[in-house]
Amino acid sequence: MGMGGLDTVLEGVLLGGVYALFAIGLSLIFGIMRLVNLAHGDIVVFAAYMILTATAAAGVSLVVATVVTIVIMFAAGFALQRLVLERVLGDDILPPLLVTFGLSIVVQNGLLLVFGADSRRLQAGAFESSSIALAPGLSVGLAPLIALITAFVVVVLLQVLFYRTALGRAFRATADNPQIAQLMGIDQRNVYALAVGLSLAVSTIAAVTFGIRSNFDPSIGPARLLYAFEAVIIGGLGSLWGTLAGGIVLGLAQTIGGRIDPEWQILAGHLAFLIVLIFRPRGLFPSRRR
Amino acid sequence: MTALVSVKALDAFYGDFQALFGIDLELRRGETVAVIGANGAGKSTLLKSLAGLVRNRPDAVQLNGRDIGDAPAASIVKLGLALVPEGRHLFPSLSVEENLLIGGYGDRRRSPWNLRAVYDVFPVLRERRSSDVTILSGGQQQMVAIGRALMSNPSILLCDEISLGLAPIIVEDIYRSIPLIRANGASIVIVEQDVARALRHCDRFYCIQEGRVTLAGRPSEVDQEAVRMAYFGT
Repeated sequence: MGMGGLDTVLEGVLLGGVYALFAIGLSLIFGIMRLVNLAHGDIVVFAAYMILTATAAAGVSLVVATVVTIVIMFAAGFALQRLVLERVLGDDILPPLLVTFGLSIVVQNGLLLVFGADSRRLQAGAFESSSIALAPGLSVGLAPLIALITAFVVVVLLQVLFYRTALGRAFRATADNPQIAQLMGIDQRNVYALAVGLSLAVSTIAAVTFGIRSNFDPSIGPARLLYAFEAVIIGGLGSLWGTLAGGIVLGLAQTIGGRIDPEWQILAGHLAFLIVLIFRPRGLFPSRRR
Repeated sequence: MTALVSVKALDAFYGDFQALFGIDLELRRGETVAVIGANGAGKSTLLKSLAGLVRNRPDAVQLNGRDIGDAPAASIVKLGLALVPEGRHLFPSLSVEENLLIGGYGDRRRSPWNLRAVYDVFPVLRERRSSDVTILSGGQQQMVAIGRALMSNPSILLCDEISLGLAPIIVEDIYRSIPLIRANGASIVIVEQDVARALRHCDRFYCIQEGRVTLAGRPSEVDQEAVRMAYFGT
């Protein structure tokens, strides 16, 4: 500790990386499908339990468990869209909202049944507590640093996908106008299924960083979803760089608030969110569409 | 000569509202066919039925002898039928060039139509390739919409009201591309409210009134009075 407030700022930015990763999956689905996934938080927790099971019970290494879980969650997302969400998507926004709300409850209770209510944590070994000295008296934890770098890399990769590939153009065209996109030979069902699959794959990466940093239990999803919402709204709907920035703003506000008084930590995050809403109602980086 | 597209006894509905009643229509290889009619006659519904945006009885629409009346739009474009929709409907978050590229999504031939060929027909688009489509003029937007449809290398191109809301001199510019599109092997269906223009550019025409074909033939074979009757019904 030391260097005045610099370590507080650094810590806040690093916490922001975790929040951003958590929020990117939510931002993705909303950006492409205009669907608010109320089960997003629970899906991240679900992925964390899958990784926990693979590492603790099956004895697989954390990296291998993560990679396998990413693949499984991608497939699960694809199936979730084709078998469930596709049936309720339409002009009315209420049915899909209700279905994801129901899914949230199903996932929470399913996890409670299988794993119980105890609080768990992912074990990352020595890596968890190691830190890097940036300057005399100023050091950062390796795990949070990697989380932030991962969030950055994920956003860069998604931007390349969205702006440099045919599939990315199909995602954006479908987001603009799903009916006209079909005239281009784009099968909307597959595009949406790929989007949900991608969201769940990214959510798995979020699950690792979140599960190493803090304890989780089956009921924690909705509380974390609130932070993800705030990050997405602060950044501006439909912008992935905005979501990363939104996560960092939230992390900074919470850390600085917590430094002033530990009881202020959560409240400061919500206050930052409200202040952004007052001065920039469309977020810091609103997408240029519409 | 066998028909490329044949429409047989097509009744099309929007929910409970019936827009088309027993339409029969044919498009032969190499032809340009015009569909004329007043506002609300059912012209756009007819094109949407062909393109798969309005679903119908399977055998109501045939493409190369294959039933496509209930096929989804995404599969019909892959069979070689592309629609330039009324109102253009470009993708606002895609640049000019990306709008063209998305038109070729899933097309592996890249010939005769590709970016270079479209830019050769509409040179102004080459200059504005990285522009936001929302800042283009109406005529330029229409060029992008036509180019986007061409990028799928269609054997049938449906043009819905491509002159709508444009200055006459711009409309001439756009219609100049039609012979070129024909020369590259596409058969064309033009839906147009400007009857004189439509009849100038087509081999045959159909006139629709309140969802029914009221007159069909070659422009040279009918007199203005007959067209006026078929168009307005009085």
